[in-house]
Amino acid sequence: MTHQDTTQQSRAGWAEAVVEHTSGHAEEHDAGHPAHAAAGTEHTGREQLVLERIERARRARPRVREKLITLAHGAGGKATQSLIEAIFLDAFRNPLLEPLEDAATVTAGDVRLAFTTDSYVVSPLFFPGGNIGDLAVNGTINDLAVSGARPAHLSAGFILEEGFPVEDLQRIVASMAAAAAAAGVSIVTGDTKVVQRGKADGCYINTAGVGLITGDANLGVATARPGDTVIVSGPVGEHGITVMLARGELDLDADLVSDTAPVHDLVRGLLDAVGPDVRAMRDATRGGVATILNEVATAAGVAVVVDEEAVPVRPEVRGACELLGIDPLYVACEGRIVAIVDPGAADAAVAALRAHPLGAGATAVGHVAEDPPGLVLLKTGFGGTRIIDLLVGDPLPRIC
Amino acid sequence: MRFVDEYRDAEKARALAAKIAALCEPGRHYKFMEVCGGHTHTIYKHGLEDYLPESVSLVHGPGCPVCVIPMGRVDDAIALAEQPDVIMTSFGDMMRVPGGRGSFFDSSAAGTDIRMVYSPLDALKVARQNPDKHVIFMAIGMETTAPSTAMTVLRAAAEGIENFSIFCNHVMIVPAIKAILDSPDLRLDGFIGPGHVSTVIGCRPYEFIASEYGKPIVTAGFEPLDILQSVYMLLQQLAEGRCEVENQYSRVVPWQGNTVALRAVGEVMELRPFFEWRGLGFISHSALQVRERYAAFDAERRFAIPGVRVADPKACQCGEVLKGVLKPWECKVFGTACTPEMPIGTCMVSSEGACAAYYNFGRFSRQRVREVTIEASRA
Repeated sequence: MTHQDTTQQSRAGWAEAVVEHTSGHAEEHDAGHPAHAAAGTEHTGREQLVLERIERARRARPRVREKLITLAHGAGGKATQSLIEAIFLDAFRNPLLEPLEDAATVTAGDVRLAFTTDSYVVSPLFFPGGNIGDLAVNGTINDLAVSGARPAHLSAGFILEEGFPVEDLQRIVASMAAAAAAAGVSIVTGDTKVVQRGKADGCYINTAGVGLITGDANLGVATARPGDTVIVSGPVGEHGITVMLARGELDLDADLVSDTAPVHDLVRGLLDAVGPDVRAMRDATRGGVATILNEVATAAGVAVVVDEEAVPVRPEVRGACELLGIDPLYVACEGRIVAIVDPGAADAAVAALRAHPLGAGATAVGHVAEDPPGLVLLKTGFGGTRIIDLLVGDPLPRIC
Repeated sequence: MRFVDEYRDAEKARALAAKIAALCEPGRHYKFMEVCGGHTHTIYKHGLEDYLPESVSLVHGPGCPVCVIPMGRVDDAIALAEQPDVIMTSFGDMMRVPGGRGSFFDSSAAGTDIRMVYSPLDALKVARQNPDKHVIFMAIGMETTAPSTAMTVLRAAAEGIENFSIFCNHVMIVPAIKAILDSPDLRLDGFIGPGHVSTVIGCRPYEFIASEYGKPIVTAGFEPLDILQSVYMLLQQLAEGRCEVENQYSRVVPWQGNTVALRAVGEVMELRPFFEWRGLGFISHSALQVRERYAAFDAERRFAIPGVRVADPKACQCGEVLKGVLKPWECKVFGTACTPEMPIGTCMVSSEGACAAYYNFGRFSRQRVREVTIEASRA
């Protein structure tokens, strides 16, 4: 038999050949159905014990077991959380840091200030709807705003790679200036470092900000109570998907722009309308809405129940997510907030958000429940129930 | 969204669930295995078990290609990545799979160049862009992805690209189903057949399951209604005393398979005499290797592969989970020593792995939660 013949034979039927080969020795097979032990209650009881054991394991003090930093440590999910708690919080521990809110609340005499910082490493630097510059300004403004503060002053630190075009830097800085002016904040201090070619990726920016907390709202995810309503201020996931598509690696096109925007006015409108009834606000950046809801569930020891059909997602985002196998609830936004409010104020809160152009798509997506504590549950569009957990890795790295 | 929402319609699901419940004989328990990891993912992601009566249980099968890669093959791949001037490329699913010496992520953190790609053609693109490096594609997957790997090798050959090869780990589902049918540990009433695999091989290769083993099998699509309908079709066969291969996924799966794809695979690859499956051990003629004719594109021929066998960690029960003998939560280390962030076994890594699906989506008491969600729909 020639080489060619062998090929032809296996070409024709390599799948069938497998069946022939593997099903050669058929055995006597019991076609009957064994009596199954009482599957119901005993089974549920054992499963329940395992679930409790897992919850205990999850509450254990986080440890970083890896020897080296991996990309997962920067992804915003469980690995990031372990890194923050086991390395940073452990070393810096103090009552102001401990709540791990978007901004720390510090007092100076009678004045309460919100203080925050954030670094930006988005790739590509320019994407539909914005660039790393307005992202860096809006992101820090938003961290201040959701802490109940009026953003006031920002710092800007630049790490630039040797060979980075000055023209690009000018574009970035111009959009930072425009974003700051639009939000009524000033960039009052800064820093510049240049590193050798190959030691950074063009341009990284760090911004820090302070804002004045007016009113006596005591916001924090730990204050969420069973019964509270969960509200999002608009369609989710646009920023993350836009940046992902802008990289051009996926050969996907969609008519999408980043949702990057300063939310301080939107937040102000909400606080003016229903301030005392707002328990917590977060802006949904890396890790998306899902990550925030997990923070609520863990910090307050409650369950959060979300109705999948109520979550606003643009069809373009949903389509891209379906293709990529990503859940839009995990995709970053840069101009969306999640608010936890007293159920009695839910309608007024949604109305207040909708009164602002950035909140036109605001809607209630779920509620806080007592049981099971620490878990976020999703009532799926299909009618089933599942968990929404923290992500382990990031399907979309370097989104902000 | 068209072509998605119609397969996730809650009203249709309720109607189907009622028909399923009506078909179940009182006092009888039904155990069906969904062979494919994609089905496992769908079942948990959409909370499909909420629609099934307690007497119907779904058992998760071996059809997650990441889960069945033995630790030794991961070590071999990392050894390849450690060769000078090599860029290793892989699907994202592989990145966190632990070998005996850590995962791709760990290796990458230690200095190797391992990149995530979405298709083997992307790996070929990396090879074109880096002519001074050798680019290896970690080819994994069942019959579903083998054709795209084969087409990529054909493309590389046609373009005369010399700095590209594949580390072939393609496995085949039929021998694995056979191994499960021969295993004395498990009694099944039928199979939900793999959908994606069947788009390539068709439904004929499953005929022995019905004819020789007397088990019905229904090839199913990946939307939740597809799976619910397949359960219904299996119950219908049992109720009517039939035992056949049926195709629920006929909108995509041709009975004869995809001959063009099969031809491409047959051109580039041939059966391996045997291949080790994680947890299932060596199964003869269950995997593919590159043919001699395309040796230039075979990383196993171009490089010295250590080929070390690494025994699974003692605590790991992935094998029992892959065979459907254990439910994920019945594994000794599930959720405590083995979690998605610190996996011991592969089933906890891949999004199609039964343990990961249960941990990420199904880790709650359905009974307790039913009350919570009923309360939600009232609110």
